Amino acid sequence: MSSAKLARLAAEVVTLVLFVAFLFPFFLVLINSAKTAFEVTQFPLVMPSDWSNIAKNVATIWTSDNIRYPASLYSSFIITVVSLAAISLLSSQAAWALVRTKSKTSNIIFFVFVAAMVIPFQIVMFPLLSWLRAITDLTGIRLLRSYAGMILCYVGFGVSLSLFMYHGFIKSIPVELEEAATIDGCSRAEIFYRIIFPILTPIHATVLVLNGIWIWNDYLLPLLVLGKGNAIQTIPLAVSNFAGAFVKQWDLILTAILLAMVPVIICFLLAQKYIVKGMVAGSIK
Amino acid sequence: MSMKRENSLVFWLFLAPVLVAFTVVIVIPFFLGVAYSFTNWTSSAKADNALQFVGLQNYLSSFKDPAFAHSFGITIFYTVLNMVFINLVAFSLALLVTSKVRLRKIYRVGFFVPNLIGGLILGYIWQFLFNNAVPALGRLVPLFSFLTQAENLILAKNTSAIMALVIVGTWQYAGYIMMIYIAAIENVPVELHEAAMIDGASPLQRLKAITLPMAAQAFTVTMFLTLVQSFKQFDVNVSLTSGGPSTMFQGKPILGTELLALNIYNTAFLSNKLAEGQARAVVFFLVLAIISLIQVSINKKKELEL
Repeated sequence: MSSAKLARLAAEVVTLVLFVAFLFPFFLVLINSAKTAFEVTQFPLVMPSDWSNIAKNVATIWTSDNIRYPASLYSSFIITVVSLAAISLLSSQAAWALVRTKSKTSNIIFFVFVAAMVIPFQIVMFPLLSWLRAITDLTGIRLLRSYAGMILCYVGFGVSLSLFMYHGFIKSIPVELEEAATIDGCSRAEIFYRIIFPILTPIHATVLVLNGIWIWNDYLLPLLVLGKGNAIQTIPLAVSNFAGAFVKQWDLILTAILLAMVPVIICFLLAQKYIVKGMVAGSIK
Repeated sequence: MSMKRENSLVFWLFLAPVLVAFTVVIVIPFFLGVAYSFTNWTSSAKADNALQFVGLQNYLSSFKDPAFAHSFGITIFYTVLNMVFINLVAFSLALLVTSKVRLRKIYRVGFFVPNLIGGLILGYIWQFLFNNAVPALGRLVPLFSFLTQAENLILAKNTSAIMALVIVGTWQYAGYIMMIYIAAIENVPVELHEAAMIDGASPLQRLKAITLPMAAQAFTVTMFLTLVQSFKQFDVNVSLTSGGPSTMFQGKPILGTELLALNIYNTAFLSNKLAEGQARAVVFFLVLAIISLIQVSINKKKELEL
């Protein structure tokens, strides 16, 4: 065999081994979700004796009052979808306003949004809680332990990066397009919603993917804003509460984990192309 | 309405929602946070009730606390190791899946998948792997029987538990960084490689002379991303080790794998020292800001040289 062929074969083998190693932890979750409590602790590395256990474990998790999986799935879904809709609409219109208004104010506002990307969540998290409580005391609008507060936070934390990406794209859209529409009698607002917003589709995709993965998987922010033992809890909160309450009951914890991963994997398989593209585009900006 | 007035009205109307959310969620808490770090702020007191200025006291007691010093040290250690491992693994994976191996599209997806699942859940999966699957391997294979002993559990010892965090961190992030490298490698014009091959360049020479310099822009991005991501690690830390096992440091019992983000959280909520936790968060922010600035400027210079 020539050395080139040998190198090629080595590459094939190494990649395959790495691929198996990367997916092995997920495989462990799957096989151990189909075991009894005894089997999980004694034989975590063997195939389950009876695959039908998986249905039993899933049913236990689905109906458990400790994890409240269906309710958590619903809450995660509401929070993610509404936040994403708000982030993409509000930051694209703001970006457009900033690009199309050339003034000092506009430049300063843009700079502040971009500079804020360096701010880590840790420095704002404690005051955020006391300040949201203060707003509630003042206005009566409930922000802690509520959907409204959770979504407000995601818009606030998500706007910087999203606005930045829309800003970059809108700069490349020729103004002539908008001038033509003005002559045809479109108002400023109409121009944005009718003409610009649809053109932004590729950036919408990136913004939705980046923020969607972040919001769906986020743990610390919901932990602080929604709190523990709340009627509204997201999937990561539910899993962590459950794992905390059922220490070492790995048959059930792993089933909970499996159920938590399923929605993400389904979304990924459906929109794989956009997700990979969106995440790479978001990183390079 | 005149055109100018309409424009300015639309400008402020369009900006208002994000300005409100951004101000409420980031700007005000940020300045409050910096201010609170110089006070005796506690969670029991109302926000502005009996708040006293205490100068640098929170900062001084933070730096005197062995737990904070230890956290700082292991966070730097973890960040450096994580950056090196993630980028090495990610670049190797990118080279492999941009070569002519079969099933490369499927491989890419497989390597990327851990990145889609939240760090919290990944940490639990690996806790099971280290605490249950690894000892079980010891029971199955006589050669590894030492793994069955409780004192040899990977998460039971400080150093190996930090390495466990690095393994999970690399596994979590390498696929994402790989995608960035793939984009960079595929952007290299094919003609360059063809010309070099005609000149008789070996694959290694082409890697050094073509692929690496052409990917310089990507390195700025990936180094920055992995640095910041590793330094901020919280979710995996919580679910994999919860900061444990405990250990002694400077004569005080502390948590051995408590990274900075977790230390800040625990200072405020477990030790009930909110103002001190806030001071640590300010330090955390400053370090992050400085490191980021330095790194970006270094990488910019490098690109110019190439």
